[in-house]
Amino acid sequence: MPIITYREALNQALREEMARDDRVFLMGEEVGQYNGAYKVSKGLLEEFGENRVVDSPIAELGFSGVGVGAAMVGLRPVIEFMTWNFALLAIDQVVNSAAKMLYMSGGQYNVPIVFRGPNGAALQLAAQHSQAFESWLAHIPGIKVVVPGTPYDAKGLLKSAIRDDNPVVMLEGEMLYNTKGEVPDGEVLVPIGVAELKREGGDCSIITSGKMVLVAMQVADQLAKEDIHVDVVDLRTIRPMDTEAIYTSVRKTQRAVVLEEGWELCGIGAQVVDFIQRDCFDHLDAPVLRVHQTDVPMPYAKTLEKLAKPDVAKTIAAVKQVMYRS
Amino acid sequence: MASKKKTDAKGEPRAARSTARSTVRTAGDPTLDRELLHSMLLQRRFEEKTGEAYALGKIGGFCHLYIGQEACSTGIISQLRPDDYVIGTYRDHGQALVRGITPRAVMAELFGRIDGCSRGKGGSMHLFDRHTNFLGGHGIVGSHVPLAAGVGFAIKYRGGDQVCVCFMGDSVVNIGAFHEALNMAALWKLPVLFVIENNRYGMGTAVERAAAVDDLHRRADAYRGLDGILIDGMDVHAVREESAKAIKRAREESLPSLLEVQTYRFRGHSMSDAVSGTYRSKDELDEYTRLDPVFSLRDAMLAAGTLTQTEWDEMEKEIAAIVQDSWDFADASPEPPAGALFEDVLVDTTS
Repeated sequence: MPIITYREALNQALREEMARDDRVFLMGEEVGQYNGAYKVSKGLLEEFGENRVVDSPIAELGFSGVGVGAAMVGLRPVIEFMTWNFALLAIDQVVNSAAKMLYMSGGQYNVPIVFRGPNGAALQLAAQHSQAFESWLAHIPGIKVVVPGTPYDAKGLLKSAIRDDNPVVMLEGEMLYNTKGEVPDGEVLVPIGVAELKREGGDCSIITSGKMVLVAMQVADQLAKEDIHVDVVDLRTIRPMDTEAIYTSVRKTQRAVVLEEGWELCGIGAQVVDFIQRDCFDHLDAPVLRVHQTDVPMPYAKTLEKLAKPDVAKTIAAVKQVMYRS
Repeated sequence: MASKKKTDAKGEPRAARSTARSTVRTAGDPTLDRELLHSMLLQRRFEEKTGEAYALGKIGGFCHLYIGQEACSTGIISQLRPDDYVIGTYRDHGQALVRGITPRAVMAELFGRIDGCSRGKGGSMHLFDRHTNFLGGHGIVGSHVPLAAGVGFAIKYRGGDQVCVCFMGDSVVNIGAFHEALNMAALWKLPVLFVIENNRYGMGTAVERAAAVDDLHRRADAYRGLDGILIDGMDVHAVREESAKAIKRAREESLPSLLEVQTYRFRGHSMSDAVSGTYRSKDELDEYTRLDPVFSLRDAMLAAGTLTQTEWDEMEKEIAAIVQDSWDFADASPEPPAGALFEDVLVDTTS
């Protein structure tokens, strides 16, 4: 199977879906002539022309609204945010327009749109460019939220998102774009709402998603050397969440750590822990622990940034704690 | 308007420097005039009934009446094709009726019933109808303006010759979404009419207290290719004449326009505020009431001899019956069943 980058996987997904369906167009800042701020859209302008690969002004609220309006009358826009930090300017269109349209129109106007772009921290980009918004977006009924952690899932989830007749939010990662993995040429569809057991162990479940899947896999490798074997449950979709996959793993391992990139309070982990205590209470041998970003805005200085981010060491410590190992 | 005491930022009565508020004309075509009068009167009587229903608790939530602004909706929407698009704000009853959503379906929606045009899920602020391309009443000020640009984008993308009409209030001109949408519509030459219904107040804040440039149509000057047009919104024929040019421009040349239709809201912002006394005076209200778009057309027709008193009385009677029928229908329509709660959150399809 070909090994390609996460960036190339997204590019393949866009190219294939645009070739498949001429209602699909890409709009965002620098997606055309510049070939994408992160080169995800490289070559698409040349292939599909400026009607379908549209360079927008720097106006997130405006062009995301253009996408919603176009989707209401039958097009299938892919709206690229240069980062989700900038998408806060457009959150009204995601939350008040896209997510509400079907419901408040009594089922008449669905909005088949994809909002996508990098989410979370990269390296030393400081407070305004280093935020993970999973919990903000997953809070809202009326949208789906997908968070691919591998090139395969990136391709498969983006293709599914574009074909979905609902608004889908896709959270990617700057630090993921260069990661590599096996991805078949042609049709790859990863169903929305289905988690994947990325590593099978039996001692503890690490429940995670997105960029943190990489961290969890490193944790699994390192712990294996100490004869601790973990399940890595990659949620892949935050909304709707595949609770059965969580339950199946936790009932087996009876211990769980929830690893996420965002902050603690009202985070994704808080919701996962709630699902676990409701369904798996009698199976648990230890309190469920969470690993997340420290409760501060992201600092610039390298040393401080490292302290703020969830990482391998913090996750290993949490796994050992729920296993009562030191 | 000479007795007008309130002055605007330029120190002169607003009406004095707006489009000449001449006596409302007739079209010279009695059939057309009667249709326009009927359209405006239906909105007027329907809205008065809505006010009654609200007072009786039949309608809940926010409810924003359109009374006084009927020439805007009638003047513009009466010239559209069925495949054109209309999108607007939470003050949407009038446009919905003119666009062709039945009074029954609108009233049932206001009553929160299953036969409402949005199946009781939207209410007063969110009237939608796929059959008439009525893309909704939207509740966040300014938020729907980019959506209209998106509809224009889709029309152009497909090579169609439809137009999208986007109604908004005067307060919208100060919000970012408005400018972002206008910029893109001008830049990409989108077939959209951005229609500011300038009723003088954003809730209780007068235009000149909110807008540094209160000649609102001049906001178009910032965008090359966008025409800014000032229209007397109390004269349905003035609205028709000017908007006809903008519709033609959009349809034939795929170019956007910004129309400032100067009008006036005879009722409060919503159902909870006084009609006058705080942010506007009783005198001002009385002055504008004399410009009533419905009755001035009627009077012009009576004077021209194209409408008789008997015909007017009959029109009133017919419309009263339609409005009462919409009330009876809404009252008899069932509440949405509990199962509807979880419907319409997502569709379970892919394409």
